[in-house]
Amino acid sequence: MVTMSDQATTIEPMSLAQIAQEHGDGFSEREAVFEVKDLAVEYSGNAAIREVSLDVYKNSVTAFIGPSGCGKSTFIRCFNRMNDLVPGARVHGDVLYRGKDLYADDVDPVEVRRRIGMVFQKPNPFPKSIYDNIAFGPRVLNLKGSLDERVERALRQAALWDEVSNRLKESALGLSGGQQQRLCIARCLAVEPDVILMDEPASALDPISTTRIEDLMHELKRQYTIVIVTHNMQQAARVADMTAFFSVDVAPDGNKRTGILVEYDRTSKIFTTPADKRTEDYVTGRFG
Amino acid sequence: MSRGLKGGLFQLALLFSLGVGFLMLGTLLVDVFKDGLPYLDKKLLTDPPSTDPEIAGARPAIIATLYLGGLLLLLTVPIGVFTAIYLEEYANKTRWYNRLLEINIQNLAAVPSIVYGILGLAFLVRGLGLGRVLLAGAMILTLLVLPTVIIASREAIRAIPDSIRQGAYALGATQWQVVSRQVLPAAIPGIATGSILALSRAIGETAPLILIGAVTYISFDPTILGPFTALPIQIFSFLRLPQEEFKLLAAASIIVLLGILITLNAFAIWIRNRYRRTW
Amino acid sequence: MSTPAATARAEPQLRARRRRYSEDVVKGVLGLCALVSVATTVGIVIALFIPAFEFFQDISVVDFLTGTEWAPLFEPAHFGVLPLISGTLLVTAVAGALALPLGLGGAIYLSEYAGPRTRGVLKPALELLAGIPTIVFGYFALTFMTPLLRDIGIQVEVFNTLSAGIVMGVYLIPTVASLSEDAMGAVPRDLRDGAYALGSTKMQVATRVVVPAAVSGIIASFVLGISRAIGETMIVLVAMGQQPNLTLDPRAAAETMTAFIAATGAGDVPTGTLEYKTIFAVGATLFLMTFVMNIIAIRLVRKYREVYE
Repeated sequence: MVTMSDQATTIEPMSLAQIAQEHGDGFSEREAVFEVKDLAVEYSGNAAIREVSLDVYKNSVTAFIGPSGCGKSTFIRCFNRMNDLVPGARVHGDVLYRGKDLYADDVDPVEVRRRIGMVFQKPNPFPKSIYDNIAFGPRVLNLKGSLDERVERALRQAALWDEVSNRLKESALGLSGGQQQRLCIARCLAVEPDVILMDEPASALDPISTTRIEDLMHELKRQYTIVIVTHNMQQAARVADMTAFFSVDVAPDGNKRTGILVEYDRTSKIFTTPADKRTEDYVTGRFG
Repeated sequence: MSRGLKGGLFQLALLFSLGVGFLMLGTLLVDVFKDGLPYLDKKLLTDPPSTDPEIAGARPAIIATLYLGGLLLLLTVPIGVFTAIYLEEYANKTRWYNRLLEINIQNLAAVPSIVYGILGLAFLVRGLGLGRVLLAGAMILTLLVLPTVIIASREAIRAIPDSIRQGAYALGATQWQVVSRQVLPAAIPGIATGSILALSRAIGETAPLILIGAVTYISFDPTILGPFTALPIQIFSFLRLPQEEFKLLAAASIIVLLGILITLNAFAIWIRNRYRRTW
Repeated sequence: MSTPAATARAEPQLRARRRRYSEDVVKGVLGLCALVSVATTVGIVIALFIPAFEFFQDISVVDFLTGTEWAPLFEPAHFGVLPLISGTLLVTAVAGALALPLGLGGAIYLSEYAGPRTRGVLKPALELLAGIPTIVFGYFALTFMTPLLRDIGIQVEVFNTLSAGIVMGVYLIPTVASLSEDAMGAVPRDLRDGAYALGSTKMQVATRVVVPAAVSGIIASFVLGISRAIGETMIVLVAMGQQPNLTLDPRAAAETMTAFIAATGAGDVPTGTLEYKTIFAVGATLFLMTFVMNIIAIRLVRKYREVYE
């Protein structure tokens, strides 16, 4: 917030509440894309998260926040069955995607991941050219249509086209960190997903790149449904329509730490008048 | 004795340890070249051996060694790389049979080469009735260096960061698509280097071929399903002949052999340096 | 905003799993390749132990292992394997006496003393030494080492154990050195830094801190070196001769297990005869000896690798 007086211009940092209120609710449809009921995940017998129930709404940005170790990353990976790749991981409960159980026996994880894409914390471009990075998804999925058009469309949507259109054949590893992350987003967009999951997408980036990614999220949610994990509360307040606060539940003997969902509501409410004291403690900075 | 003096002597002793080995190496090379260089001429490369050292050459041996090398690559690389892919990408490492597989490979890498010769003798030459043919030699050499190729390929595959795989899976690729389109292409330099080094080891092997029945005197060019010799065998047979001149011919043949090996190794090192990637 | 693609995306209900047969086929092919190594081991065991077993139907194991005369092709034939074992062990002892201390010393120098540039020269040189085929070493032992020993006054025969042993020792130095250096490199910096901070000299740190910490890897390198010495064929075949003498004199000719196997296997011994089966009996003995040592070495290496990997 900037105030100007005759003597000086002062810039005060906005409180989370102010940011959230300025942001507003931002979405009108309340159709649920995901319905999670009583979800629990364990790795080789150790419960990582438990008793999570929430709905994710179409064309919204939903943020998972909370201290480290509370299972946010584990949770988000349930939405595209990436936990399948971890040996010893077991998922209990239901994750319904547009009414269909994601973990039913007849469900093909490859089809799931085609529709529900993921961007990772550390940008992970393939050691190939920029073009081949974007084209990889359409190629392995045998998508019809002009590959060149797909690549250009994806790069435009990720706001990267102008910067790389003249060097598509160069290695993706030569891009800067922020560009690489936008490349990963474009890569994900090239297969025309329905949902985009982002696991701390900007935490490895500089502030300017972070802002660009956040602007991108605002743009993309018009067409896609976005779920992000973030440890940056200001980011959640800036971009998210709905916010879920997770915390760690420590067993009485102090050994078993399990993630639990504390509160899930509109972002504005979470940051102004949270219902749970733990949420309030976290967002006001008393812990975590 | 003061600390400094003791330390200095110790360091000298250590240097000496290395020095002895390299001194021997140097002496060996000088000796080989001194004796062999005069006899290194076109005749050696183009003429077959003979009881007369004046006209003896090593041509069948050189050709056979090249055939063996080629066959070896054709056999070892696919089997070795696929085994490495299985162990690194597909096998559940907690299962006992996969751990046994790993130990088995490590053990095979240390089995004496002559035992592989016995294996070939029993199964291929006499058992299967293949006879004393070049193909049998190539097959046994394949088994001999297979553990080396597997181990090198595994390291190359393991060096690829998991984030690449995760990114590919997240786009909807199947396991084989991830392996064949991301992991393998990125691992090719390491695999190539390892394969070439395995090849150069196989080319220098003598003992298994002796048991397979490589002949010591062959005057015609070898074929895959016919009797054969190889460069190391030729050197061995030269060494056993009484005339002094044959010892010098042996030295010349050694120069040819070392030449082949140095070329291969230089190629492997070039590949390693050219395609080195830091993740 | 709704594009045709978006509406189509909105109803992705059917996700029947197409059974991806190609993935199963791939996994099958890969598994088959992995089985090649299993088949190799099974083959070796069958190839060695079945004929060996048949051999021991005729010759008692005790006679075999304790007999001091090895003359399978003579009349009357003797099948005491001790001369072959003693030949093998004698040449191994000579080789080990050279390779173990020199290899370790070289490894200590490379690990603790050598700067990056020196290492850049020495390590490739060691790899070069390791890449030389054993037939070349055999040539060297016969044509250079034996005359050299005679020149300095040691009365060796044309074929003798000493030449072969010395040259084999040089051949084994890279094996011992690289594995020992690996083990020493795995010792964490903190241990060294702690000792230096207390005022130790380089020599003290190397001998009292690093070597003891890396001892399992160093012993593994020794065991592996000895195993390779026992299994080596060409150096001994060319330079040591084929007289199975039961002797402790390294200046005399002797025969190792490997040399015997090579010579007999290359010959025209008819399949199925007792003489033919000696190949396998001796081969089985050789295999067992090296197998035990290899297992020990592998376990030791696993022990020190687990600590930091």
